[in-house]
Amino acid sequence: MTEKTLIMQGVRDKRPSLLSSLPFFVVALTLLPVLVVASSLLTPTWSVWQHLWDTILPELLLNTAMLLLGVGIGTLLLGTALAWLVTAYEFPGKKTFEWLLVLPMAMPAYIMGFVYVAIFDFAGPVQTVLRSWGLERLVFWQIRSGFGAIMVMTLVLYPYVYLLAKAGFAEQSGSAMEAAKVLGSSKTRLFFQVVMPLARPSIVAGVSLALMEALADFATVRYFNFPTVADGILRVWHGLMDLGAASEMAGLLAIFALLLLLSEHRLRNRRAYHQVKGKNQGLPTMFLGGWRGGVAAGICSVVVFAAFGLPLTQLLVWGSRGIGQLTPGYLAVYVRLAGNSLSLAAIAAVVAVAIALLMASLTRLRGGTLSRLLTQLVTTGYALPGAVIAVGILLPLSALDRGINMLTAAWWGVTPGLIFTGSIVGLIYAYTVRFMAVAYNSVDSSLEKIPPNTILAARVLGASTLRLITQVQLPLIMPGILAGAILVFVDVMKELPITVMLRPLGYDTLAIWVWQMAAESLWTSVALPALVIVLAGLIPIKLLLSQGK
Amino acid sequence: MAEEICAAVRTTSQSHVELSSLCKLYPDVKALYDLTLTVNRGEFFSLLGPSGCGKTTTLRLIAGLDCLSEGSIAIDGTLVSSPTYFMPPEKRGVGIVFQDYALFPHMTVFENVAFGLYGSPKAAVAKRVSELLGLVGLAAAAQKYPHEMSGGQKQRVALARALAPAPRVMLLDEPFSNLDAELRAALRSETKEILRDSGTTVILVTHDQEEAFSLSDRVGLLNCGKLEQVGTPYEIYHHPATRFVADFVGRADYLAARVEGSTVVSGLGRFALSSTERQGSADVDLLIRPDDVSIADDPSGTAVITEVRFLGAHALYTLQLDNGSVLHSQGLSAHLLPPYTRVAVTVNMRHTVVFAKQA
Repeated sequence: MTEKTLIMQGVRDKRPSLLSSLPFFVVALTLLPVLVVASSLLTPTWSVWQHLWDTILPELLLNTAMLLLGVGIGTLLLGTALAWLVTAYEFPGKKTFEWLLVLPMAMPAYIMGFVYVAIFDFAGPVQTVLRSWGLERLVFWQIRSGFGAIMVMTLVLYPYVYLLAKAGFAEQSGSAMEAAKVLGSSKTRLFFQVVMPLARPSIVAGVSLALMEALADFATVRYFNFPTVADGILRVWHGLMDLGAASEMAGLLAIFALLLLLSEHRLRNRRAYHQVKGKNQGLPTMFLGGWRGGVAAGICSVVVFAAFGLPLTQLLVWGSRGIGQLTPGYLAVYVRLAGNSLSLAAIAAVVAVAIALLMASLTRLRGGTLSRLLTQLVTTGYALPGAVIAVGILLPLSALDRGINMLTAAWWGVTPGLIFTGSIVGLIYAYTVRFMAVAYNSVDSSLEKIPPNTILAARVLGASTLRLITQVQLPLIMPGILAGAILVFVDVMKELPITVMLRPLGYDTLAIWVWQMAAESLWTSVALPALVIVLAGLIPIKLLLSQGK
Repeated sequence: MAEEICAAVRTTSQSHVELSSLCKLYPDVKALYDLTLTVNRGEFFSLLGPSGCGKTTTLRLIAGLDCLSEGSIAIDGTLVSSPTYFMPPEKRGVGIVFQDYALFPHMTVFENVAFGLYGSPKAAVAKRVSELLGLVGLAAAAQKYPHEMSGGQKQRVALARALAPAPRVMLLDEPFSNLDAELRAALRSETKEILRDSGTTVILVTHDQEEAFSLSDRVGLLNCGKLEQVGTPYEIYHHPATRFVADFVGRADYLAARVEGSTVVSGLGRFALSSTERQGSADVDLLIRPDDVSIADDPSGTAVITEVRFLGAHALYTLQLDNGSVLHSQGLSAHLLPPYTRVAVTVNMRHTVVFAKQA
């Protein structure tokens, strides 16, 4: 509060209107896509809906619901069980499995998906071998199905639940458990009546993060011929070139996202648990010796193998074949793709972190309910599926382009072409909206850690505002800024729906290449770009794991 | 004549920090209420009081870390704060040591101390920093980082950093409260010595009366945003102006008594009134400190020991007088009396303090 009054005086002397209206401007830009989508939902074109309902809509809705249900149950069970295994038990290799189990996070579902299709489909190695042994009757699965999509997404997304459940378990004090034991609880009762309820808010948060990813995905479900609403938006857009219809579909997807958010909120906020902090011994662990330890290690190995080892090995095999067949032409393509991906990711990272820094510092200076509200609004993008944001940005930007061209044509008889939709402006805008929460949270938490007295001490010692920022604040928050930038960078590299919908014509990235080649089953030309994406995805995991220590 | 003028000038320039009718309002609380106080040049002054009494707020107002609502602050006769004027902290010539030291975690000890010397020639900075680090006994630690140091060392770095720009006024915000007892005592006297040698005016904020008493020339006692009393440690302890002061700075017992002319009469004897203002005739409460009361083993005495607390060099006795009132007595612990001993009580007062009778 005092720091605020002090610095506000400095601010007030200079340009009050510009700086203080900036957050509102940023919030307005963030909310624009949502409002666009919402408004098209509120003004439905009945003929479009009628057509959709007669053709694909029932299937899309059903598939989306099944996907959410399946992935929800799958990640809940797998993530929580694994988290409990490494928290409550001691077994051979536990320390290693603790972080190995996080690695599948680096594998985007659209990469894992085509690897699984390739391996288990009719032409894949598994069925081929079985046929050659005359055992084709053992093929009970149809990988290109809802079941395949749910399985792959569960394997990729369970780490969200695993990480948050583990954190939820770790927060619990062993003494609460021991109190329950002394009171005579059996182990099962202990787990379901003490441990689980206490960890519930964390687990719910993990599952809802996983479900948001599943909801936003359109590429994976397409490999598995299991179209969902997100996929529907792209089909309508690409197939019918009808932006209005796409926007109404996007509204439908936004409703799903909203329901997800609301139910998460309800499940978490009904009970807020205040756990005793301080000397926390954590839950007591039990040593699993002999075959029990082997089973525990075996379960972890199977999960790590299925969710990371197998797809990575397959990619490496294809990759080595790909390197052998690498022609100068392909190399040039790869270099161009990587250049596009890297520059998009770098620009988005810089923009997002700069805005996050600005918003976070202004919010901290001002304080109050309004600022908190603005902050929440700016970070809502994380809950919005990429396709919703993309449609919500595409509509106003293309209107803007049309308007500009009409005006210039009328006044000077020239048309400058598509300034916004034909450039990467829209892409950067959409990425910034989508990943603002990531940048904001890491910048803000590093600001949070600066003790206010440190700033005051610098002021009293005569530091000018410039020196205060460059020599005290920036060095102290640099780790947070870098972490935020890296997280956004990697998220953009992996991102698909926004990139597919908003990229300028012919502007391909690694992710788009992977998705398109995989759809054509051109495995060897997919492998190298896919490996680059997976390796990039390992960076934030490294950050995450080193932070936890 | 010339000498008289010089003396007059010296007295006027004696006052160094002047707070006039300070008020500080926060949205929901009044943190300070009409505080007027003068701190003299070169003086070691303590603001003492319970937590939330407004002492840290006062310090922050002087430093310029906060704006005041009413009143004014002047340093060296120059206005630095008023509701309409605000001199930024760096222009005020004050140094501050925070409770949590607030060292810059990303800078070495050398860089921390040099921070306030920005703009001076490199050689001069290096000289000043090594001089200060020598003064606080950390010459060897110049290249260490704060996280590699102990609490006491950090406190010394913070002191050196605050001293570096040679401030006119040094503000200390509970600087010893994060240290353990033994280290605290050592650092107190060390700090006092360093600050006395530097000739700076010092204002210390603390809730520990022992700290305030042992360090300060004068103490100001704050309660709920109001200044209860200003005086030397002796005056504060032995001539408390209010019951709050009497209770805050030490154990206080009150005996029902009656003022008769220039004396006060209680169950334990008749004492001369120290101040003339209460003369007359009234029922009062007489303040009695444990060190005023001595006891002697006497089966026909008028009191019984109900509790004995052994405190090392001293022992504190709780006495139940036959007339029902309870008193405390402090005696040397070498000759310890057991509980339930009947004793004779002698009150040996060098001065009397009386308060209006409490309902």
